[in-house]
Amino acid sequence: MVSANSELTYNSKIEGEVIVSRADAVINWIRSSSMWPMPMGLACCAIELMATGGARFDIARFGAEVMRFSPKQSDVMIVAGTVTYKMASPLRRIYDQMSDPKWVIAMGACASTGGMYRSYAVLQGVDRIVPVDVYISGCPPRPEALLDALMKLQGKVKKEPSFSKLLSA
Amino acid sequence: MPAAADAIAALKASWPGVTDRATLDHPAVNVPPADLLPVLGALKAAGFDMLTDVAGVDWAVGASPRFTVVYHLLSTAAHEYVRVAADCADVALPELPSAAALWPGADWHEREAFDMYGIRFTGHPDLRRILMWDGYPYFPLRKDFPLAGIETELPDAEVTAETKVGAIAAPMMGGPFVASAGEINLTDAEPRAKDESWTEKRPKPGA
Repeated sequence: MVSANSELTYNSKIEGEVIVSRADAVINWIRSSSMWPMPMGLACCAIELMATGGARFDIARFGAEVMRFSPKQSDVMIVAGTVTYKMASPLRRIYDQMSDPKWVIAMGACASTGGMYRSYAVLQGVDRIVPVDVYISGCPPRPEALLDALMKLQGKVKKEPSFSKLLSA
Repeated sequence: MPAAADAIAALKASWPGVTDRATLDHPAVNVPPADLLPVLGALKAAGFDMLTDVAGVDWAVGASPRFTVVYHLLSTAAHEYVRVAADCADVALPELPSAAALWPGADWHEREAFDMYGIRFTGHPDLRRILMWDGYPYFPLRKDFPLAGIETELPDAEVTAETKVGAIAAPMMGGPFVASAGEINLTDAEPRAKDESWTEKRPKPGA
């Protein structure tokens, strides 16, 4: 027989114990545990990015498996590949369309510095047009390196003064 | 007699301007620009039905003719290639008739030759840049264009206003970066600057 629920306030027997924490810790924990990537796959690094999303490396273990192809819904742009000057403007536009808070990972030699493409057509490092949080070396980096970068970024996010930023925003 | 030799003999009979071109593989001919379209049309009618490549050549600054366009035609029935080369008469404003009406595939090839060398193809349906952005002021594969590039503005004015960033001459840092041939050890063979004595901050000795 089902009886009507007459509980109107917080019941610790049902809800568990109360946890006291800092707002920063809670906000950063939420943010860092579900970083949805904007996959900016521009060259061969994108293949390693796809491998990272696959079953063997399983980026879902770090809460970043939801690749969003809409900048509005994504938190971290993973620039995977060579950024040409022709692509630089769309890339910056997509970055501008991402909602705050947002982060950028420069994956591989080309995205970080232009790599071996010292030429007229290639942007010499994506940090010239967007602020980069984590750089990954390698050509291309292995999926483990991308996962490591993601963990480093999570560590960085966990140290941010998010609450005071929210209040001052 | 192979199809290519037959076709070339027929060309020479009809167009006296067509001459043999030095070649190491496939039969090749030089064609005056005025005869280019009729010659390509005759080759197409003679069974060379597939245009596999249109490539530009810049011989040197000051050379005359400076720009040449090379067409590779394949006969899909006889499995033979013919190479057709046409020099652009004018150096300042290189121009050739477009082959896009004969082979629709010539469209993008010619756009690339225009983008990289500035060779204008008259009668082309849509002669725009294909690799660099519209409004890019240079032709990057010309001999007088440096590999590192020349400082210029990015295509998007809004992004330029936001980031204050343009295309720069790439830092060469002792480059260009060249691979070593014949190395067994892949780490030693990978492309690297051969002269690491100078960087952007420490100028090249003697330069």
